[in-house]
Amino acid sequence: MTTWDYAPAPESRDIANLKPSYRMFVDGKFVEGTGEPLKSVNPATEEVLAEVSTASPSDVDTAVKAARRAYDKVWGRMPGAERAKYIFRIARMIAERGRELAVLESLDNGKPIKESRDTDIPTASAHFFYHAGWADKLDYAGYGPSPRPLGVTGQVIPWNFPLLMAAWKIAPALACGNTVVLKPAETTPLTALVLAEIIQQADLPPGVVNIIPGAGGIGAELVNHPQVDKVAFTGSTEVGKLIQGSLAGTGKKLTLELGGKAANIVFDDAPLDQAVEGIVNGIFFNQGHVCCAGSRLLVQESIADELLEKLRTRVSTLRVGDPLDKNTDVGAINSSEQLAKIRELTQAGEDEGAERWTSPCSLPDKGFFFAPTVFSNVSQAMRIAREEIFGPVLSVLTFRTPEEAVAKANNTPYGLSAGIWTEKGSRILYMADRMRAGVVWANTFNRFDPTAPFGGYQESGFGREGGRAGLEAYLDV
Amino acid sequence: MATPTTARSGEGLPPELADATRDETTLRRFLHGLPGVDQVGVEQRAAGLATRSIKKASKLQAIDMAIAMVDLTTLEGADTPGKVRSLCAKARRPDPERPDVPQVAAVCVYPDLVATAVEALRGTPIGVASVATAFPSGRAAREVKLADVKQAVAAGASEVDMVIDRGAFLSGRYGLLFDEIQAVKAACGDAHLKVILETGELVTYDNVRRASWLALLAGGDFIKTSTGKVSPAATLPVTHVMLQAVHDWHKATGQLRGVKPAGGIRDTKTAVRYLVAVNEVAGPRWLDPKLFRFGASSLLNDLLMQRRTQLEGHYSGPDYVTVD
Repeated sequence: MTTWDYAPAPESRDIANLKPSYRMFVDGKFVEGTGEPLKSVNPATEEVLAEVSTASPSDVDTAVKAARRAYDKVWGRMPGAERAKYIFRIARMIAERGRELAVLESLDNGKPIKESRDTDIPTASAHFFYHAGWADKLDYAGYGPSPRPLGVTGQVIPWNFPLLMAAWKIAPALACGNTVVLKPAETTPLTALVLAEIIQQADLPPGVVNIIPGAGGIGAELVNHPQVDKVAFTGSTEVGKLIQGSLAGTGKKLTLELGGKAANIVFDDAPLDQAVEGIVNGIFFNQGHVCCAGSRLLVQESIADELLEKLRTRVSTLRVGDPLDKNTDVGAINSSEQLAKIRELTQAGEDEGAERWTSPCSLPDKGFFFAPTVFSNVSQAMRIAREEIFGPVLSVLTFRTPEEAVAKANNTPYGLSAGIWTEKGSRILYMADRMRAGVVWANTFNRFDPTAPFGGYQESGFGREGGRAGLEAYLDV
Repeated sequence: MATPTTARSGEGLPPELADATRDETTLRRFLHGLPGVDQVGVEQRAAGLATRSIKKASKLQAIDMAIAMVDLTTLEGADTPGKVRSLCAKARRPDPERPDVPQVAAVCVYPDLVATAVEALRGTPIGVASVATAFPSGRAAREVKLADVKQAVAAGASEVDMVIDRGAFLSGRYGLLFDEIQAVKAACGDAHLKVILETGELVTYDNVRRASWLALLAGGDFIKTSTGKVSPAATLPVTHVMLQAVHDWHKATGQLRGVKPAGGIRDTKTAVRYLVAVNEVAGPRWLDPKLFRFGASSLLNDLLMQRRTQLEGHYSGPDYVTVD
């Protein structure tokens, strides 16, 4: 039999313009933070990429005050049409530096270059383009005449989509006339700081956007700062609860986008081959580091064996390895901590009696990698069916009737997303109506667009990002 | 080494498939019971796989594999024995300056030129494929179609590329079509049968899947996308659906059947995308001229030019390869 091995096709890391050190961005200038510097690590090789200066509590104060001044003096009173020009410029500059940002993102985060190149960076640019269009049309957004901005927003973002999450947060805030202090994740601060460069080159008035790297403590400092009017957080449910607790009674507005344990529901009349693609995309996209990942597969019992066989065949073809290789499908786990958490939960899956299947793919010797894994014979009582794994691990459960599928899908404290696979249109509507999830995909999964609102139910958070609905979070309405 | 196996219908098939071909009703029930194909999903998957980056040694290997998979084709009203002879010379030695270039899999001509091609290719392993059954429309009486096939086989064709009656398929007369493919298969004798679905006229992916299974059930050794006379001809997503069908057929029966996209594949880049689909959708086993072919004419020269570029480090241009 012929074997045809694809030669390595690595994207050049020089394109990333990696610098030995990065500084935080406050009041329009790059400055040395007074916190303990952190080292950002390439999760695929465990090498240190760069040293990044971090904020101390006093730096947080400086940044928030700069944002307050910028809001009071310039940005808050600038006509929307003028704000739009800046935001359009940022969108264009992200697109122009797309390759650089993509390579840098893959180095820092570990995600495959094909995803950073084809999804993260273009979608980040698209969010700025989309929201730039709203800036002068807020009167017509359905929130009454001349809706006012909120003021200074404190934003804390996760490590799974570093630049894209920054775009999701910054673009609507600016479009609505707010100023921003953003804390990128500790393990992935680099692209946000290149975005700061872009913002500087776009001539955004000083203080309108401030980017301050740091650990969780700095995030807490930021959201609790008395001059912050609005807090937007994307990250774990655990931290989200802490933030909600500490903000209670302060009058600050809050939106949270937290964890998930989405059900991807496959009926026996589904387009099976495409359902397999959707399942793979749902859980192995971005190594499963996706809050809306389809981590629970609910498959109708009558087709479970057939579907699982197809799924295993397909998952075996996933290429795991060097994130910079253009043919890599699954890259590196972002950190050793995350890898340890995935290992712990998969061990729990085995201990609790689920049947484990792991892709026979080879893994690199260095770096944080985890082979795509599928657990079958999973029951709702097991940890791997209840807890968010945030890794390339799928739990497969079966159901017999649509009612049972609804009951199982909703049997979770989370409620971020759901997938429905059937050729029957009426069943899609029936199921979508009953899913307690902010996003329901039909015959597809993990599709994102700036025009479509995204957000959760229950412990997956509240507030929407994207679309007209997403503007509400940044307007005084 | 993969050896294609041919089955007469029912023979050696698992019971559920043998049962499907019992009569018109069971055949219809079976074909309509196949899982649907989601258009958005299959096109997304095809576009995703098309971004694979094939470089260096893997590209050179792909080029040589592709050359060995070409059915070098001329299907023009203006074809003459002279044209066919020069095409055969090209098939025997695609790049005269580089004898290490593999020969193509077959030469594909109209039935009346089969004898000329057979004569010109005598002593080589290169096959002679003949289109038949009132190519390209398939609009003729059964007797005419079978006579067409018999004439081609008698003249020495080792492969027959038949067209299906799309009218019969689209009006749901699956039994008629099934019988016709079986009759053609019988008329082929030892010649290999490729069944042209003309996917550009079937339009939906659901139809492509059903027609693929129908052709496989009826004993087609290959399923082929197009005649090249209808637009669109071969597309990547259509080929995905057909590759999935032969993969699933093998899983169900243990028999290996082939796929041949034809029409519109003109350059190396496109051919490599098809090979990636073969490798990852059907499986590496199908990377074999016995199980995958390109129906093409101008593709060969682009492959030769790209092969030289890979080996010599620079592009030399169309003046350095022979036109036929």
